[in-house]
Amino acid sequence: MKGNFRKLALVGALAALAGWPAAAGDTSARQLIAQFAAQAHTQPSVARGKALFMGRHTGGKPETPSCTTCHTQNLRATGHTRAGKAIEPMALSANPSRFTDSAKVAKWFRRNCKSVLGRECTAGEKADILAWLSSL
Amino acid sequence: MKIPAMKALAAAGLIALANLAPAAAGTNMRAAAKLTEAECSACHMAFPAPFLPARSWKTIMNTLDNHFGEDASLDEASRAQIEAYLTANAADTGGNRQWMLRGVGENEYILRITEMPWWVREHSHEVSQRAWARAGSKSNCLACHRSAGRGGYDDD
Repeated sequence: MKGNFRKLALVGALAALAGWPAAAGDTSARQLIAQFAAQAHTQPSVARGKALFMGRHTGGKPETPSCTTCHTQNLRATGHTRAGKAIEPMALSANPSRFTDSAKVAKWFRRNCKSVLGRECTAGEKADILAWLSSL
Repeated sequence: MKIPAMKALAAAGLIALANLAPAAAGTNMRAAAKLTEAECSACHMAFPAPFLPARSWKTIMNTLDNHFGEDASLDEASRAQIEAYLTANAADTGGNRQWMLRGVGENEYILRITEMPWWVREHSHEVSQRAWARAGSKSNCLACHRSAGRGGYDDD
């Protein structure tokens, strides 16, 4: 009984440390691109991703017509939220810890696609954007 | 010491005490405070709960899909936890900040801290145009209040 409790406590401590179930470091850009592309039945396209990311859109909130409103056009540099807080670079080459936490990726795609486009991004669009940001 | 400075000092102390405010049923306030800090500060400084009345926080936490022009939606469990923390420690609840409620109508729902009468009073005279320009945004408390992130505003 005591042994079981110890084992349980150890598992609990490890799970807490790892931030279980969705841990940072549970995925990679490459894995996510493959997953989204498979879901969408499309080939990821760097060009489509770039056009979507850099383009101006009208379907979303007027304050955020483009991804570049906050992330700027230089994805290797630091961006800024509208409230002035720094956003670490989006380009994988400039920020290797990008796209390694599946929950974080899902959360910010949901929020930011709704802010900029007024709707969630499709799996194909997510694959395209990640392909573009990984290519920089 | 000037009266506003003393108030700010008292405010700083109360912010520290806010963590000890009685918890809403079923909410671990320490965990909720941490979550509030982490989620809010993803985009801006996590503003102290006593800066607004509970009804304002409740409205903010139920309109996150349009949060001052952005979608800041959260999973429901996190949203509810943060709402519980903010409403339990607001100006009119655990934060107990009567002077911050002066000039606010009982049925008034002010959502921007910078539109609260106390905020306007504190910033109306002594802040120069240069200081505003340097801060960039009125929501950038840290531009002038160096220890704002730790609850201190007594540097004016």
